[in-house]
Amino acid sequence: MRIAYIAILLFLVTLGSVVFNFTTPFHFDAIGSNWDLIDITVYITFVVCGVAFVALGLLMAWWVYKFQYQDGKFSEYEPENAKLESRLTIITTIGVVVMLAPGLVAWNDYIHPPSDAYELEVYSKQWNWMFRFPGADGIFGAAHNKYVKFDNPFGMKPEDPYGEDDILITSNTLKIPVDRPVKVLLRSQDVLHDFWVPAIRAKMDAVPGMVTYFWFEPIVERVYEVLCAELCGRNHFNMRGEMHVVSMDEYRTWLNDQVTWAEMQAGAVPLSPEATTGRDIANEKGCFACHSVDGRQLATGPTWLDIWGGTVELIDGTTRERDEAYIVKSILDPHAEIVLGYTPTMTAVELTEEELQSILDYMKVLKSEPAETTIEDEQGASDTSPAGESTAEPTEEPVTD
Amino acid sequence: MATVEVPYQETVPLHHPKTWIGKYIFSQDHKIIAVQYGITAMAVGLVALILSEFMRIQIAFPGWELMNFFTADHYYQAITMHGMIMVIYLLTAFLLGAFGNFCVPLMCGARDMVFPFVNMLSYWVYLLSVIILMVSYFVPGGPTGAGWTLYPPQTITAGTPGFDWGIATMLISLAVFIVAFTMGGLNYITTILQARTRGLTLMRMPLTVWGIFIATFLGLIAFPALFVSAVMMLLDNFLGTSFFMPAIVSLGQPLDYSGGQPLLFQHLFWFFGHPEVYIVALPAFGVISDLISVHARKNIFGYRMMVWAIVAIGALSLIVWAHHMYVAGMHPSFGFFFATTTLIIAVPTALKVYNWILTLWRANIRITVPMLFALAFVLTFIVGGITGLFLGNVIIDIPLSDTYFVVAHFHMVMGVSPILAIFGGIYHWYPKLTGRMLNDTIGRTHFYFTFIGTYAIYFPMHYLGFIGVPRRYYETAIADFYPVAAHNLNKFITIAALIVGVSQILFIYNLVHSYFNGKKAPANPWGANSLEWCTPETPPRHGNWEDRLPTVHRWAYDFGVPGEEKDHIPQTVPRRKAS
Repeated sequence: MRIAYIAILLFLVTLGSVVFNFTTPFHFDAIGSNWDLIDITVYITFVVCGVAFVALGLLMAWWVYKFQYQDGKFSEYEPENAKLESRLTIITTIGVVVMLAPGLVAWNDYIHPPSDAYELEVYSKQWNWMFRFPGADGIFGAAHNKYVKFDNPFGMKPEDPYGEDDILITSNTLKIPVDRPVKVLLRSQDVLHDFWVPAIRAKMDAVPGMVTYFWFEPIVERVYEVLCAELCGRNHFNMRGEMHVVSMDEYRTWLNDQVTWAEMQAGAVPLSPEATTGRDIANEKGCFACHSVDGRQLATGPTWLDIWGGTVELIDGTTRERDEAYIVKSILDPHAEIVLGYTPTMTAVELTEEELQSILDYMKVLKSEPAETTIEDEQGASDTSPAGESTAEPTEEPVTD
Repeated sequence: MATVEVPYQETVPLHHPKTWIGKYIFSQDHKIIAVQYGITAMAVGLVALILSEFMRIQIAFPGWELMNFFTADHYYQAITMHGMIMVIYLLTAFLLGAFGNFCVPLMCGARDMVFPFVNMLSYWVYLLSVIILMVSYFVPGGPTGAGWTLYPPQTITAGTPGFDWGIATMLISLAVFIVAFTMGGLNYITTILQARTRGLTLMRMPLTVWGIFIATFLGLIAFPALFVSAVMMLLDNFLGTSFFMPAIVSLGQPLDYSGGQPLLFQHLFWFFGHPEVYIVALPAFGVISDLISVHARKNIFGYRMMVWAIVAIGALSLIVWAHHMYVAGMHPSFGFFFATTTLIIAVPTALKVYNWILTLWRANIRITVPMLFALAFVLTFIVGGITGLFLGNVIIDIPLSDTYFVVAHFHMVMGVSPILAIFGGIYHWYPKLTGRMLNDTIGRTHFYFTFIGTYAIYFPMHYLGFIGVPRRYYETAIADFYPVAAHNLNKFITIAALIVGVSQILFIYNLVHSYFNGKKAPANPWGANSLEWCTPETPPRHGNWEDRLPTVHRWAYDFGVPGEEKDHIPQTVPRRKAS
């Protein structure tokens, strides 16, 4: 009789899978939210399915080994066995119910946020996260994609009284208090996104044109990385953020430092006409999907703040002057010289001579330490917040309050 | 009784082709069309396999200088093309186009499909759809990189590679494919219902035919949903309609859309996409049932249960689609309904697995190459099936969706499993198709590389999903949550994938080499009972049978009948009067 290698292989594969399961370091990392019930349901499913897998795998290996071909032997002729088949149906059904029941209970919790949950809006766009809190009145102002402009990044409805005190956070960093349930409302400016922190377990897609939600209660003070979990274009993998779960005090302090919609409007600083044109062209061409203008370092591309002048380290190890020739080349042929730490995902931008010049004019005014003489001389513009976009930068803190 | 009727095709004259072109190129012979479908599907599948190797190398060795040409755009285009080619242009085309064409008329005792000309058109239209798809690589901007799910709005907005021309060729190709599928599908159903030979009742049909039959029904119901979504998306893209497009600002540019609903596309897509899983799975189930029974020399256990399980799975598969959309933002109450229907479908599916394994009980198992693939299929399908119980249970899908758990799951259940069934089927039917045996040693070597290799790729990959490695990331290296061990596992998986990829050369070599040099195949090398092994010639000529079509007296699974001389009784052997 030939040795049935396949029987041994089936046995080893079944056994090896079990060993891998118990020895692998790759399991859920420590949970950071209230969603134990998810982990419990996963655990139950692991047990039920694991038992079925081992039983079936071993039976198959054993029978293939045991009932190998012998000349002249007849197999047993038994077309059906109603009793056995109905028993197996019942056992399987019980197994399914054992897994499904806790799952549906947990889902019922998942879709019903507790009444004391506060609300937080995540507004996503290619390839950044933005956040909005309802402010002092506890009510979000109306917002719609059709109102979105460079200086209205959330699409706040103009003149809506509920919106004036909304707190707007345009950086990728969010802080939330520990041990407080939060209902996350999701909106999108362009395509599908999905706000996801693996340790929290919960997630939901953001869909343009509608508001979706999920809720959770963070239980550990920690900094989490925020990922986008729904394919959103060529820089999907670079759409990152940070979620700090902090004490209530720290959260309050941080929130107080953020700007309201009213402050953002008041704090907008006029640019020179040339720079404004440049900024609007850059905005239309999608530059700000990947490049910040306030010094935030995004994974997608280098910030434009202070981009004019100085040197830059390239991916091939060389260092280069950031002069006009370099910047023009980087816009028109973006894969030619890649800055260290970035992946070449930019597509060449088609620009007329004038458009290119306008963008360069705009870039020149993006300075963290304003060269007061030149700018004031030429444009009479104020020094701070050249982008007209207030952020959490301390120097740009607006005047009100 | 129906059994005394003259079969429909016995009364219809058959026109034999007179030219070489009529015989082999524009052929109306279902066996030649099956080969044409098979070769085209394998060729395009090879493209998808190579794309997947590039993806794997990028995932394991990001920043490797040799891979510098492979940008994020190329990566996203590769995942999209790989997925779409494998699901539609390889698996669907092979299981229905190749196996469907080859098996249905032969196993039904028919001379050919009932509409041979439409059948021929089906292949040529399919070839056209493949060509249009391949043209994507030569249009400005390249193929679409929207992921094979093609979710709007990103599919047709500027942040996605191939958002204008690439998506157009993709959608047109899909629409053309659906035309081809419809022509083929109507043929399979009509042939199965109208052209079965005398005595072949529905409950005597081999399970392969049952699987193809129900899968084709599903296809005819499901593909139109994809067709309309393709047409609507083309309109959104080129005529500025807003079926799927709400008001959005794309990369700083307000677009002129308003009021469309991205979720509508997802519902239409998965109304097609979930039955699609079973369009691929059911023929594979059927093939595996037949392979296990024949090579284990034992009747398939619980034939009636197997048939009703196929029918039940087919019916249920039409009401589970939104389990792909648990995190999509649809009305949350849908979760209860779709989780329940999805887990109910596990019951008939599990019964099929039990019956395959119970068929081995007290069997007389010949460990042939087709049997190896069938056994590997069962184990692979068990893994793919039970991981489906994780993802189908709505609350577990929340943390695992869009991670490598999903990637591993669907590759196990509808990538590797049907591919193993296809391999098993090819090793099983090649002798009948060509009149030559495939080389056994090469076949076994190919099997071990393929089975061990694919298991090594996809089993550990599930666990990457638990630590939260998201799918569709061109580069994960800069994520701080991603431990070093996971990078090493990715390297291991990539090396396994390269080995599996290269080992497919063995298979192709075997197919070509054995066609010219293989051992001459006897008419019924495996001792099987179904009608394709009872043809007067091997390989069967145009028309399959001589003047008279065969008469069927029994089911296809009379193996080891007590008191008989031989361990198998073909379907054409009359029953004894006494019993």
